[in-house]
Amino acid sequence: MMRVLLNVPKTVKRGEPIEVKILISHPMESGQRRDEMGAVVPRMVINDFRCTYNGVDVVRLALFPAIAANPFLAFSARADASGDLVFSWQDDSGASQTETARVEVV
Amino acid sequence: MIARRSVLAGGLVVAAWPALATPREVEVEIAKLTGDKILQPGHVTLDLAQMVENGNAVSVIVSASPPAGRTVASLHVFAEGNPNPEVLHAAFGPASYAPKVATRMRLATSQTVVAVAVMDDGSCWTDSVSVIVTLAACLE
Repeated sequence: MMRVLLNVPKTVKRGEPIEVKILISHPMESGQRRDEMGAVVPRMVINDFRCTYNGVDVVRLALFPAIAANPFLAFSARADASGDLVFSWQDDSGASQTETARVEVV
Repeated sequence: MIARRSVLAGGLVVAAWPALATPREVEVEIAKLTGDKILQPGHVTLDLAQMVENGNAVSVIVSASPPAGRTVASLHVFAEGNPNPEVLHAAFGPASYAPKVATRMRLATSQTVVAVAVMDDGSCWTDSVSVIVTLAACLE
């Protein structure tokens, strides 16, 4: 289970952007480093990230080892009706996680 | 004696530096996106500091302002001097407010970072920033 910091407004005016910030605790091991014995530390990064709002795609990201450790992502969604922002991602080990945030449109 | 050997082995580890990508590799990646379309400057903005102290986490914002009547199909970021040229690919859905993503990236050395925007008609636009890095990523 990765620790997550989610910054999503609770309420948004209709038609205004929902500004989303997310910080996921993950080493994003690049596959380039070597340990003290000289063995390559295998690549282990979050490679797929997806955000939907009320089931409609907001953004889908393919991420690579060039993304810094503990990836930070910021983007915006369109607020037409109240609903759930759902974030889901997967890393190289196949571990996946989903987080949800409720947004009220006023 | 054993200690000395392990020190020597440590020296070899430092010498085994990862091969870096080249501008050519980035061109190949971009050619995969553009196909037969011409890559033109404009309509996409790569916001990245030109002078970076620590290459381990560099703020980068990529955004696009499509020509009238067009929407952005996808945004891409490539680094010419990292071990892998790809940084991120972003595809925007109908619930997206604006084609814009901010993140933090690694920079292995001073290099040029390239952003590409592909519009829904297949036209391709680009922007690039040359970055000087004083402390590179992937050193520790």
